[in-house]
Amino acid sequence: MSGDLQFDSNKRLRHLLSIDGLDQKTILEILDTAETFISVGERQIRKVPLLRGKTVVNLFFEASTRTRTTFEIAAKRLSADVINFNIGASSTNKGETLLDTINNLEAMHTDLFIVRHIDAGAAYLVAKHAPSHVRIINAGDGRHAHPTQALLDAYTMRQYGKDFKKIKVAIVGDIMHSRVARSLIHILNILGVPDVRVIAPKTLLPVAIERLGAHPYFDMYEGLEGVDVIVMLRIQRERMQGALIPSEQEYFNLYGLTEEKLVVAQDDAIVMHPGPMNRGLEIDSSVADSDRATILPQVSNGIAVRMAVMALIMGGNQKNKGAEN
Amino acid sequence: MAAALKPKLDLDPVFIGIHTGGAWVAERLHRDLDIKSALGTLNISFYRDDFTRIGLNPKVKASDLPVDVEDRHIILIDDVLQSGRTIRAAMNEIFDYGRPASITLVVLIERGSRELPIRADIVGATVTLPKGEQIKLSRDEKTKQLALTVQKSNGNT
Repeated sequence: MSGDLQFDSNKRLRHLLSIDGLDQKTILEILDTAETFISVGERQIRKVPLLRGKTVVNLFFEASTRTRTTFEIAAKRLSADVINFNIGASSTNKGETLLDTINNLEAMHTDLFIVRHIDAGAAYLVAKHAPSHVRIINAGDGRHAHPTQALLDAYTMRQYGKDFKKIKVAIVGDIMHSRVARSLIHILNILGVPDVRVIAPKTLLPVAIERLGAHPYFDMYEGLEGVDVIVMLRIQRERMQGALIPSEQEYFNLYGLTEEKLVVAQDDAIVMHPGPMNRGLEIDSSVADSDRATILPQVSNGIAVRMAVMALIMGGNQKNKGAEN
Repeated sequence: MAAALKPKLDLDPVFIGIHTGGAWVAERLHRDLDIKSALGTLNISFYRDDFTRIGLNPKVKASDLPVDVEDRHIILIDDVLQSGRTIRAAMNEIFDYGRPASITLVVLIERGSRELPIRADIVGATVTLPKGEQIKLSRDEKTKQLALTVQKSNGNT
């Protein structure tokens, strides 16, 4: 649904709305750029002047401490000024409210919007109506997409030596409601991962998951067999009312990641989780705290990846010219 | 160049080369002069003043300053000094790592067209080239031999 809106006529990334529509080259460029930003976080002065004088607005219509904070830190490390806008998403006429808000913020001469919204397509709507100098990054829209999470997950896999062309990746949990899963399946397919699996009870799997490019499994032991990467999704308790899962204990017994289930995966398999995690529901504490878990590195990598995305979409309004000495 | 640098060596300087060409020259000088402090390299992409016009080049490696620059004498090395903008960016970056005691600028080639009040302290050679031409340092990765070529600038300088 993002169409060509993400790129300008010079094929430069202008907005990041969804993984869908990106090619392998663009994704690898973002990951390579993120790698150079990692060192900035390790220096005495953790700032570079790339976005000095620019204003970044964190526009969160849905609560999220971690994602908002990492975007904020990323923008500040690039020397941008950051405004945080946390807006409850309860108003009835959301489309209009959203655009009105944007118009108001735009009148304050802002440069980049980080948009999170409970409705799929919100970031796309903003990008479509924003003036041409304003850039948009989707920080999660409904069940649709969470592209920077997928990028940081791919970055983390590569950091741990996983070769995209060879690995088996299993995504476990509430695939149905998860924008993380959707974006991750897209990015893994674009990067050429030969075996992408989703493991979940039938009630938490969208129909036609195979058309998205993932093979469904209903049993953990079968699904985890030989995998190199395990991505555990958060069970969103608020969505679990009704008949989606029998009980939390039953869910943990069947789908919670334990040392015992982990045995069937590769010996060097890593365990990822986008956070915040429910210990004892989707993941056992002994796994979450083991050195297989990459949960904290994912958070640090998220900052570097978000710096990279911001730097790439904010830089370069002109066609490339020869470097000067 | 190595000879001109000799008097500086008593100060136990830190050698820092600017990616990519400057880092090659620095590597060579660092080895030939047998410098004790580890060699640093700078990627000034994040400090360029033309970022809003040309954007980032993701191909360049990250900066790597393995030694603390605080109160040290820095030998900053680049391949070609032209506008002076790269050097300004490099100095800004160095100051984000600490406050050096001094910075000495060493360039292999100095050419005209300076746009900032920046001069090199030690110069390998001075050449005069028409504005449309570029001088470029390249390295054979097997032999580590450096070579200079003059070429027409690509595109719209």
